[in-house]
Amino acid sequence: MDLTRTTHTTPHADAPVEGYNYAYLDERTKRMLRRALLKAVAIPGHQVPFGSREMPLAYGWGTGGIQVTAAVIGRGDVLKVIDQGSDDTTNAVNIREFFARTTNVATTTRTPEATLIQTRHRIPETPLREGQIMVYQVPQPEPLYKLEPRRAETLALHAVEDYGLMNVKLYEDIAQWGHVETTSDYPVRVNGRYIASPSPIPAFDNPKMDHMPALQLFGAGREKRIYAIPPYTSVQSLDFEDHPFTVQTQGHACALCGCTTSYLDEIASDDGSTLWTCSDTDWCEQQQLTQGAAR
Amino acid sequence: MYIAVKGGEAAIAASRALVAAARRGDPALPPLEVAQVQAQMGLAVSRVMAEASLYDRELAALALVQAQGDTVEAAFLLRAYRTTLPRLAYSEPVDTDGMRAQRRVSAIFKDLPGGQLLGPSYDYTQRLLDFALLHGADAPATEAAPQSDPHAATAPDDIPNALATLAAQGLVERCAPSPGDPVPPDITRDPPKFPLPRAGRLQMLARADEGWVLGMGYSTQRGYAHSHPFVGDVRFGAVTVSLVPDELDFAIEIGEVELTECQMVNQFAGSDGAPPQFTLGYGLVLGHGERKAMAMSLVDRALRTDEFDELPEAPAQDQEFVLAQGDNVEASGFVQHLKLPHYVTFESELQLVRQLRAEREARDDGAAALQALPAQPGEHGEPHGAN
Repeated sequence: MDLTRTTHTTPHADAPVEGYNYAYLDERTKRMLRRALLKAVAIPGHQVPFGSREMPLAYGWGTGGIQVTAAVIGRGDVLKVIDQGSDDTTNAVNIREFFARTTNVATTTRTPEATLIQTRHRIPETPLREGQIMVYQVPQPEPLYKLEPRRAETLALHAVEDYGLMNVKLYEDIAQWGHVETTSDYPVRVNGRYIASPSPIPAFDNPKMDHMPALQLFGAGREKRIYAIPPYTSVQSLDFEDHPFTVQTQGHACALCGCTTSYLDEIASDDGSTLWTCSDTDWCEQQQLTQGAAR
Repeated sequence: MYIAVKGGEAAIAASRALVAAARRGDPALPPLEVAQVQAQMGLAVSRVMAEASLYDRELAALALVQAQGDTVEAAFLLRAYRTTLPRLAYSEPVDTDGMRAQRRVSAIFKDLPGGQLLGPSYDYTQRLLDFALLHGADAPATEAAPQSDPHAATAPDDIPNALATLAAQGLVERCAPSPGDPVPPDITRDPPKFPLPRAGRLQMLARADEGWVLGMGYSTQRGYAHSHPFVGDVRFGAVTVSLVPDELDFAIEIGEVELTECQMVNQFAGSDGAPPQFTLGYGLVLGHGERKAMAMSLVDRALRTDEFDELPEAPAQDQEFVLAQGDNVEASGFVQHLKLPHYVTFESELQLVRQLRAEREARDDGAAALQALPAQPGEHGEPHGAN
């Protein structure tokens, strides 16, 4: 008989929500996830299939990231959840509340204080440090899917490191437009081997992934794939020698904190004018506090 | 400001309260009871159980009530609950010949052992709205219905598979295990690895969206994949579920479930490896779902291209296309995730479009200057050639 018998728990420290295990998933499922994560860390950038579970949030809304977080979150962790760089967007609020309910761990919006950061579409501006874990929500882990939709085929292409399709695509972009026509989810080569999706972060964020001191974990629930980038691993955005990958800032300063180096949201005001503000709300607040203290 | 996605917590709480109120509807009307839905909307309950792949009529009815009758949302609710249930054991294969059939039809025989049993079906109702129901005039059906108790045994003995005789003569392919009788994959535990064996494909089809499977099956009837199908045997009723516990060395019955099964017969002219004979497509779904079971059997047959040396040319023959897109919980989630904020991605696209436009204007201006001609108003609006 299987040992994963559901015990109808009453709330206590090990299981804050009645009827559910700590961090929602049962321990066997977490073990399955951890095994997949260990394999993923051992083969940086390689997509590891895993037995993705239905979660109480919809597919496409972060089920992969939630499963990864549930598998690694411990009682001492401090969790931060962002979507579009902000802790205050509805989906981030919902996921943070989900883990607060099912684990009772502390949550924060402060990047330096977090030990575990689940994100959708951004990497925080504050440089991450050793011991932190970034969990990315990934809609489409297969970087080649627009070029070859059959996963049976892309699996073989990765196995033999045949990335000709991707090179041709980048070449054609440059031939037609003068530069690569991809601005988010810009493909990267991990540890000099696998081409991987950085998740739909803006290409602006790609350089932060290279040799990042924090562990980067990627979960794609609907596509049932996990991959990882260990700390201090080479992550190179794809380019050509004569057309190197570059990042441009938007040419504006944040209207709230004056930062000129962060990624900015473009906000249309009622009066028709445009306001530029930091997409990373925590970064913006910290910048404002620092300036306030300096004055 | 992008108010719609900011200020999360209060907005989420208000949204939950609003949907609860919408679900309850007019408070002057009595609330819908789960038991009523379970008893009177059995086909919706069946569909939710099938697509959630969890056999529990009461919880399926609860999910329907909670989801305001949205079957895809209800299937999602039930799936999310299913995922927390322990996997205690695997049952023995169910014996559908031993089904207590409420309905069984074969289209390829006028009469046959076990008989044609019309049972409860909308097939021969005339589709006229019964306005009497508007006034609550829903007479108990007991007088008219010969067997209103679904648990009354309608056929005391097994109803043998309609195709058994033809299979014995080799005219219809035999239902045999795959070579080596491998343990089937469990699609809820192992991520599907394409190409999937037939056992895995059937699992995915059994819980795939009914509309998707219907459309795929229908496409095979309209020329996308060769097929000339006949219903060999379609039946609906309760089958016994048994399992062999670790502690015992014999099977014990643990209950029964209602299933709909369809075996669809198809012509096959033969290939190098196989003589001419009729081949089969198979459909099996939880609960009463004849449309789904029949469509599934069409798609199953279309997907067996490797076994019959058929060229996979039509969408319904492409298993990655049919199966990976067929799960409505996955599809519904991902389509609807487009509602989530994407403004960071969009901002980066916006920058690119601005850049491309600036570059193009510079190019056009340069070309115009080169020709020393006044800019033609029309030129700026021309498409950029390919793409």
